Amino acid sequence: MSVESSAERAAAAGETLQGFQPPEGQGRSGVHGRVARHGALTPYLFLAPFLVLFCVFIVAPAIYGIWISLHDYDFLLPHKPWVGLSNYTELFTPGGRDATDFWRAMKATGIFTVFSVPLLLVVPLLVALLLNRSFPGRTFFRAVFFTPYVLGVAVVGLLWRYLLDPNIGLVNSYLDQLGVHRNIPWTTDLPWAWISLVGMTVWWTLGFNAIIYLAGLQDISPELYEAAEVDGAGKWQQFLHVTLPGLRPVLLFVLTVTILASANMFGQAFLVTKGAPGNATRTAIMLIAETGMRSFRMGVAAAMSYVLAIFLLLISLLNFRFFRMRDTS
Amino acid sequence: MPDLDRSLFLSRRHFLALTGGAGAAALLAACGGTSGPPTAQAPSGGNGGTKYTGPNVSVAFWNGFTGGDQAYIKKMVDDFNKATPNVKVTMNVYQWADFFQKVPAAVASGNGPDVGAMHVDDIPTNAARNIIVPIDDVAAALKLSESDFSPIVWQGGVYKGKRYGIPLDTHPLGMYYNKAVLQKAGLDPDKPPQTGDDYLAALEQLKGKGIQGHWMSPFPFTGTFQFESLLWQFGGDLFDKDVTKATFDSDAGVQAMTWLRNLVTKGYSPANVGQDADYIALKNGKNAFNWNGIWQINDLASIKTLQWGVAPIPKVGTQNAVWANSHQFVIMRQNQPDQNKQEAARYFINWISQRSLEWAKSGKIPARKSVLESAEFKALAPEAQFAKQIDYVHFPPQAPGIGDALAMVDQALNNAILGKADPAKALSAAAGQATKIVQDNQKKYGS
Repeated sequence: MSVESSAERAAAAGETLQGFQPPEGQGRSGVHGRVARHGALTPYLFLAPFLVLFCVFIVAPAIYGIWISLHDYDFLLPHKPWVGLSNYTELFTPGGRDATDFWRAMKATGIFTVFSVPLLLVVPLLVALLLNRSFPGRTFFRAVFFTPYVLGVAVVGLLWRYLLDPNIGLVNSYLDQLGVHRNIPWTTDLPWAWISLVGMTVWWTLGFNAIIYLAGLQDISPELYEAAEVDGAGKWQQFLHVTLPGLRPVLLFVLTVTILASANMFGQAFLVTKGAPGNATRTAIMLIAETGMRSFRMGVAAAMSYVLAIFLLLISLLNFRFFRMRDTS
Repeated sequence: MPDLDRSLFLSRRHFLALTGGAGAAALLAACGGTSGPPTAQAPSGGNGGTKYTGPNVSVAFWNGFTGGDQAYIKKMVDDFNKATPNVKVTMNVYQWADFFQKVPAAVASGNGPDVGAMHVDDIPTNAARNIIVPIDDVAAALKLSESDFSPIVWQGGVYKGKRYGIPLDTHPLGMYYNKAVLQKAGLDPDKPPQTGDDYLAALEQLKGKGIQGHWMSPFPFTGTFQFESLLWQFGGDLFDKDVTKATFDSDAGVQAMTWLRNLVTKGYSPANVGQDADYIALKNGKNAFNWNGIWQINDLASIKTLQWGVAPIPKVGTQNAVWANSHQFVIMRQNQPDQNKQEAARYFINWISQRSLEWAKSGKIPARKSVLESAEFKALAPEAQFAKQIDYVHFPPQAPGIGDALAMVDQALNNAILGKADPAKALSAAAGQATKIVQDNQKKYGS
């Protein structure tokens, strides 16, 4: 969106794209000349602040992380033996110290992602469609749906832990009054723990996705709907042929961001279930944090992170490819 | 040599050749900060803390006293600052879990605090990782010796023959009970059961009145402490003597875990007790007994309408035993130690240590025998009940990295109490993993 608006502004100022590569010899006195002289560098200068941060806080640590993953690494011990790829091979060797835990954690992350992402795509879209209509109190409801998102994970986690407690929680207490006379183990047994974790995450983060959708919906030109209506399209057909295609770039963004966020789930499970029952709800990030920050086995933890990162990279690539295919078809 | 066969797949030299050579290695190594061998010896603390007469200094003190004890430690620090104008102690309180993540990073970067408090089982890990320094001089200067403390507390501060911790307190598990609930079931609220048989009889009586009397938590707080207490009561132990092998899956362990699991199967506890729900239920009058730490005293006391009592945990196994831990003062390694700060920090430890009666009021048993046996401490009724157990308290084992192996006990407990695996199976799976961990630790830290 910012690209568009800056292009518009440039057009309004009477500049053209050719202005960036002007013919030689145009005076430096003219406005065109100034932009031209510095044009080649300008985009990089604009990018520079971000690029510096990106390199210092993302690229450098990522490379350093590979280095760490090849050692038996504890930053406080003077001796950090080189172990080659064995931190990685260990993860693929059944019966080792970490393999079982790691793949169980990856499975937990996978389960959570598979169940939370569809809900976080669909529910916020429905909310956004509702909030896009005009009705009295619309702004109020927009705020209501967005509000949970501003809470920290600690608040959300503690809140739901008490609400969902199997024996003294509010939820079971109300269910009891409604005639469900058994204590549902929301936080201590499967599949209930997953239902709780997915449910609270949807409640917590749907506002963010809804706002993105809402912005996307408002970008779709009303004329398209009018034209569709003139052609005799009903509400459902309008949704299929106008709304969804119009939302495609937004959908790609929401899908990618939601998958990554779900795959990085940590706080909810850490606070609400503590990984129970057993380690069934201990997610990959939870295990990585434990391994690296509590056991100080940073080499293994780094190796786990890279395996997880490769999975996420592949999924993101599939995502982009899928949407591009739809684009060209 | 483990290093050799581990690096079969990719040698360091090979990796560097692939990634652009030694320049990158130097760069990467530089990122690692001070990789030279850190100075292990403690800078001497002058007079070891008997007094401080130097120029004005500030001393940073970090700890994890986030519970009811926070107000007490804050008051003690304030009192110290008033009484000692040339030393200003500034305190930071973190959750223990955060504390042990922050402290190593802070110390490594030279921004660590001067003084800290830790549990006994954290001392070996932090000594081996060079985060805390030996303070034998403090003990010598303060003329402290084993006879001033109970032996287990005093030995808790030692790692590899050097003293790293000055004991502050002992905090065992005990049995809290809700008097009103006992009365409702026709039980004498002034005579809580003290043997395994009496205890089960009381639970049966409560069950007859529709009360589940012992909510059994499948979580570390305090399920693990209950299991460990009973393991010791049945004559077992968590690890062998040199901490090379996990032994909590022994017969004693199975007996202990089965007893606890039976609380659920016999209906004395609801299934699926959530985190802290057992303790909250005690306060709400839904639960009769809760084996919990001495640190809860002030929290219970703050509820004016609650009638509660506390007693030693019953003797369920063949001998008396109960889980406990101890807070100890430690001094952190500094990259550039400041002589005055070192002395002031030692004086601060000494000053607080002498006032452990004040600290006891926060829900602790004082470490110093003289205070423990004083009439003033005995007048602290709930604390004195806990102190009855002082002769048979058991601490978690001490070995670097032990926390990772102890986490396996939490796992066995969770699986067994939630009925996901039978006690023997849950214990043997966890013990197998714990053995792997302690053996890894020995390789890493040296035994």
